[in-house]
Amino acid sequence: MSFPLVAEGLSKHFTLHLQGGVHIPVLRDVTLRVARGECVALAGPSGAGKSTLMRCLYGNYSTGSGRILVTHAGGSIDLALADARALRAVRRETMGYVSQFLRVIPRVSAAEIVAEPMIAGGRSREAAETRAIALLHRLNLPATLHGLPPATFSGGEQQRVNLARGFGPDYPVLLLDEPTASLDAANRAVVVSLITEAKARGAAIVGIFHDTEVRDQVADRLFDVTPIQDAA
Amino acid sequence: MSLPLLSARDLDLRFGRVVALDRVAVDIWPGEVVAIVGESGSGKTSLLRVLSGLMLPDSGRVLYDGQDVLGMGEAGRRRLMRTDWGFVHQNPRDGLRMAVSAGGNIGERLMATGARHYGNIRGAAADWLARVEIDPARMDDPPRNFSGGMQQRLQIARTLVTHPRLVFMDEPTGGLDVSVQAKLLDLIRRLVADLGLAVMIVTHDIAAARLLAHRVLVMREGVVVEEGITDRVLDDPQHPYTQLLVASVLAA
Repeated sequence: MSFPLVAEGLSKHFTLHLQGGVHIPVLRDVTLRVARGECVALAGPSGAGKSTLMRCLYGNYSTGSGRILVTHAGGSIDLALADARALRAVRRETMGYVSQFLRVIPRVSAAEIVAEPMIAGGRSREAAETRAIALLHRLNLPATLHGLPPATFSGGEQQRVNLARGFGPDYPVLLLDEPTASLDAANRAVVVSLITEAKARGAAIVGIFHDTEVRDQVADRLFDVTPIQDAA
Repeated sequence: MSLPLLSARDLDLRFGRVVALDRVAVDIWPGEVVAIVGESGSGKTSLLRVLSGLMLPDSGRVLYDGQDVLGMGEAGRRRLMRTDWGFVHQNPRDGLRMAVSAGGNIGERLMATGARHYGNIRGAAADWLARVEIDPARMDDPPRNFSGGMQQRLQIARTLVTHPRLVFMDEPTGGLDVSVQAKLLDLIRRLVADLGLAVMIVTHDIAAARLLAHRVLVMREGVVVEEGITDRVLDDPQHPYTQLLVASVLAA
């Protein structure tokens, strides 16, 4: 079995220098292997470190110790050691991340936001824009909004733009942080089908799903993230 | 992997007792946007001026595409600035000729690289005015009649018309209204992506760095205290100074 994403012995703590150097351990010795076509749901109470683990996997947070091995460009790369350029290449070609909130950019339309990573990944502008529009339609975002910057969109509309952006490039590894948090039932069903299709084409997926109904439909197994009991 | 386009090592620069650069090392690869952030006096503008050959360091090396920038002499550096490089100044008055028409400002730089055909030069100038969202009908107006934002866009057109490979930008949105800044940042973002430029941009605006840069260097008292992929440096800063810098930004 092949594992496009493997975390081994991952630890992460924060040192807050502005608060007198207080040391906050969040993850200790986390090992997680995600197979092709598998969706692993992170479980655990709020504050246990699920989002932190997700951000470490994406390289958005540095890791204290351990390895994050991603199958990329015909080989394996350890994101804990990768430099900025290597990490950028992994994000461009291999690993996508859908966060809870869309980072809006003034003057950039919803359709452009969705097309951008597909163009960066090598698709023609025309093909990327066609697929962007199709995904936005599928997520029930009205055509009148496609050409507008999403700054004025509702939370649910922004989340759907974010989802279209994340599912556009067909990444081999996909990280989903609360992808259905502000969606109605119809759009939750669309997200479930997008995840199911991504699994069918072999994507390795890690997700945080507070919506247990969605989670039960897409997750192959749960991975417990437990809060660190500080023994000190 | 390819080699860096520009690579600097062991840069030292002092102004009397003030340390502007302390053993600074920087690389920039083709197509990469690198932001240098830090407060006033951190040495970031000195670094930009040394890298672009506008100022000589006390010691250190700067290699551009295999050429020794500090050793090539003034004429060689001027040739690079005319052809391969561009420099966008914070104050457009430092990068434009205020009494020459807008079209002339763009055409002049083309002519410095050997363009001679008047019609082609005028055509390129009109094209670039449109690309930076200035009505080509203003081509014959001198930039002193333009707003600050327009002047800055004109400076960008003048810089990019010769298709440089590496562009240095010193606080390009400094001193502009916020709405004007947003337009300028978006314009820079698009042009840089379309042209595949390498850009070294100095800014104290963390949001601008997040929007434009692939990689961030944080400077303090002449030292690069932290560097890395932009979102990691800003979302998980390690150095006390970076934590202070990021914590000091007001969320809109």
